[in-house]
Amino acid sequence: MNKYSRERFDVLVVGGGPAGVAAAVCAAENGAHVGIVDENPNLGGQIWRAGLPGGDHSAGASNWYARVRAARVSVLCGKRVFHQPDAGILLAEGADDVCELSYRSLVLATGARERFLPFPGWTVPNVMGAGGLQAMVKSGLPIQGKRVVVAGTGPLLLAVAAYLQEHGAEVPIICEQAPWTKLARFGIAMVRYPGKITQGLKLRRNISGIRLVMNSWVIAAHGEQVLLSVTISHAGTLEQIKCDYLACGFHLVPNTELPALLGCRIRCGYVQVDDFQQTSVKGTFCAGEPTGIGGVELSLLEGQIAGLAASGQDSGARAIFGEREKFRRFARTLDDTFCLRSELRSLASPETLICRCEDVPYSRLQEHTSWRAAKLHTRCGMGPCQGRICGPATQFLFKWNPDSVRPPVFPARVENLAVSPVDEPPIPAATGGLQ
Amino acid sequence: MGKAAYDVVIVGAGIVGAACADAFAKRGMHVVVVDRDVVGSGATAAGMGHIVVMDDSDAQFALTQYSQRLWQELRPHLPADVEYEEAGTIWVAADDEEMGEVIRKKDYYERRGVGSQILDASQLQTKEPNLRDGLAGGLLVPRDGVLYPPCAARFLMNRAQQRGAKLKLGSAVTQIVEGRVRLSDDQEVAGEVVVNAAGANASELTPGIEIKKRKGHLVITDRYPGFLRHQLVELGYLKSAHSVAQDSVAFNVQPRRTGQILIGSSRQYGAEHNEVDQAMLGEMVRRAEQYMPGLGAMSAVRVWTGFRAATPDKLPLIGPCPGYNSLFLATGHEGLGITTSLATARILVDQVTGAKPEIPIAPYLPSRTVKEFAHV
Amino acid sequence: MSSSIAVRVNGAMVSVPEGATVAVAISMAGQPCRTSVTGEPRGPLCGMGICFECRAIVNGIHHSRSCQIQCVPDMEVRTDE
Repeated sequence: MNKYSRERFDVLVVGGGPAGVAAAVCAAENGAHVGIVDENPNLGGQIWRAGLPGGDHSAGASNWYARVRAARVSVLCGKRVFHQPDAGILLAEGADDVCELSYRSLVLATGARERFLPFPGWTVPNVMGAGGLQAMVKSGLPIQGKRVVVAGTGPLLLAVAAYLQEHGAEVPIICEQAPWTKLARFGIAMVRYPGKITQGLKLRRNISGIRLVMNSWVIAAHGEQVLLSVTISHAGTLEQIKCDYLACGFHLVPNTELPALLGCRIRCGYVQVDDFQQTSVKGTFCAGEPTGIGGVELSLLEGQIAGLAASGQDSGARAIFGEREKFRRFARTLDDTFCLRSELRSLASPETLICRCEDVPYSRLQEHTSWRAAKLHTRCGMGPCQGRICGPATQFLFKWNPDSVRPPVFPARVENLAVSPVDEPPIPAATGGLQ
Repeated sequence: MGKAAYDVVIVGAGIVGAACADAFAKRGMHVVVVDRDVVGSGATAAGMGHIVVMDDSDAQFALTQYSQRLWQELRPHLPADVEYEEAGTIWVAADDEEMGEVIRKKDYYERRGVGSQILDASQLQTKEPNLRDGLAGGLLVPRDGVLYPPCAARFLMNRAQQRGAKLKLGSAVTQIVEGRVRLSDDQEVAGEVVVNAAGANASELTPGIEIKKRKGHLVITDRYPGFLRHQLVELGYLKSAHSVAQDSVAFNVQPRRTGQILIGSSRQYGAEHNEVDQAMLGEMVRRAEQYMPGLGAMSAVRVWTGFRAATPDKLPLIGPCPGYNSLFLATGHEGLGITTSLATARILVDQVTGAKPEIPIAPYLPSRTVKEFAHV
Repeated sequence: MSSSIAVRVNGAMVSVPEGATVAVAISMAGQPCRTSVTGEPRGPLCGMGICFECRAIVNGIHHSRSCQIQCVPDMEVRTDE
């Protein structure tokens, strides 16, 4: 039996990354009673993930956290939202408790996750996402002296390679699947974003000495109990590289499951919002990656707008529209630069597992013509990840669209499914016993 | 305009439609099955897949016993993904009154050749250690089974297709008239005989037949192998007012071969939308926790709803539809669609081909309703 | 620098930095976190609690996502049941 608690807020923010923190601060600084809920032990989401005690914080994050404290935002860490039992209420579960969070306005800042594409050997231990390995190192995984191949696509690869190298890893290669031409155009486009250029230059210094190869990708990972080596393809040639870890991710996928559960309109995979970051559900706002993958600056701007709008400060929100538009253009550039090439559809062999929760191989999925049919008949997507890993993979491989979202939007304890905020007369038991 | 290219047009590719397709194809008939979604996607996808012999009426018993035998005969042919297990059912008695029901059930089954074993409190605990203390006992029916319905439906449909049956998915049937069905893309499919196996939607296509939607909820957990061994169903209905119109929940849990636990069950009347009803879900979960407290701490991976096709007298409609020359019904199976699908198909095919059914079929004929049905 | 704490992974003591996650402890013990439904060894993939590949039994609780749990002294972690 777990503890039960109830909290009421003017503005509830779901997600403690940059967008959520910015929203919470902007709402609370104007006097609103604000709560921010995140399942990690600390605020920061992915990009501002705190390391071990005494580890580094990015300077930008520290200032925002100071404002969180000063504005007396209620910080609810270690709690995961899984359901909306009634309008204006969310349920969140912790390790040994469940809380009912009521709100007048809601800001969804649920962030993004890495996209994984299957290839032979991708399930071997020590094959992780790029952000995945970085998160593990931040959580104490010793990486000093280990050899890490970084691969996939997206700006995350460079940032992760730099981070790993800074912490003593040997990074022999970064394999970026995007072609040189696209990356060159991206580089030119960065001229418009001075902040990004500085970031980029810093990165270039940091990752000097690492071989950066374009038009290349991992075609297989080798090893039984743990990873021993990978084979990469580069301009038609194959190369085998010994390594201890493979940090491989294909850019980001927005976490739209909670917004979808709450009835927010999703278009082309992103949560649709108006200028004030309001979704199709009145009083529910969305900021950051779920509205479009755009990086930390855009998340901060959208978060500020959402927090201001959610607390009735429309003119304050309007003042930020121009700055936001600049970074929205950057987001569109990102999308185009790192779009996935068709060769990546041919990596999986018939035996390659696509659904890791249920061990469903590629060959079994090829018999079906829709996500729904595949799910019903092979259990692909029926595991605890609820399709978060295999969904984007099958979307890329087969152009399948995931079906509708049901509660719990994240696995939750059975006892917490019975939490019901409204008192109703008990329903009588059984006529007939059988389902 | 399509001619009567088919002997049989079956509306609905759920377990009942698939079983019918398989049975008709086996008799050499030219079959097409039409469904707006994928095979086994309606109640077939939502239900528990319990293969159970029921005793709430002689007619229900006859049908479920016949069909269970057919499943047992089919079992050696079923592929692994159908996950057929002879897990057995234990009807759980919470007190002495319910133990009286256990004894009555045992006697009923014994007279009809169905093996069962009365369990006292301690035997019940031994068989299912995760049931709470203080229950009175139960009745074990060892040859009841469980399976995974969508794959069972797919197996039957594949077998029918191997014998030449055709499958047309993705178009909804908008109208059933004499000798043909009209689809949402305005195509028509014609057959000597049309079978309405559309489950909870059957009365939309054949107005006037008494099929009402009875909504249910289910929860599935992550894998906890060994926690539960049998399908467990409570006998608690004795305590509550017996009513067909009231919402209710019952303790009903099933072990899947995967080690996941399916938690049910609920019944709701008049609900048309398929969203999870928080109040019903809560009651259902609380009821289940009362019998098996250990369920509470388990990780629930999914919750979903489904619609059973219910008739006023709880028996399905299998046979010619009154008022039509060539329309047959195979629907109204409520919570027993998986169990009775094979017998339904046999009985239906017997009626269409003029063969003698293996059991008396009067209780299931749609024509019975013309005289008997009144509003409940 | 930060102190270290001791947890037990499949009965063997492992020393991890304070604040490290259970997934890190399992890795330092040289073990996979879990065995898949067809018997493959698996370890963390996403590092952020959504892939469920890092599940282990932590202080008796099955299906605990080890990358989301910080080690505390004397924690019992099992990956072999």
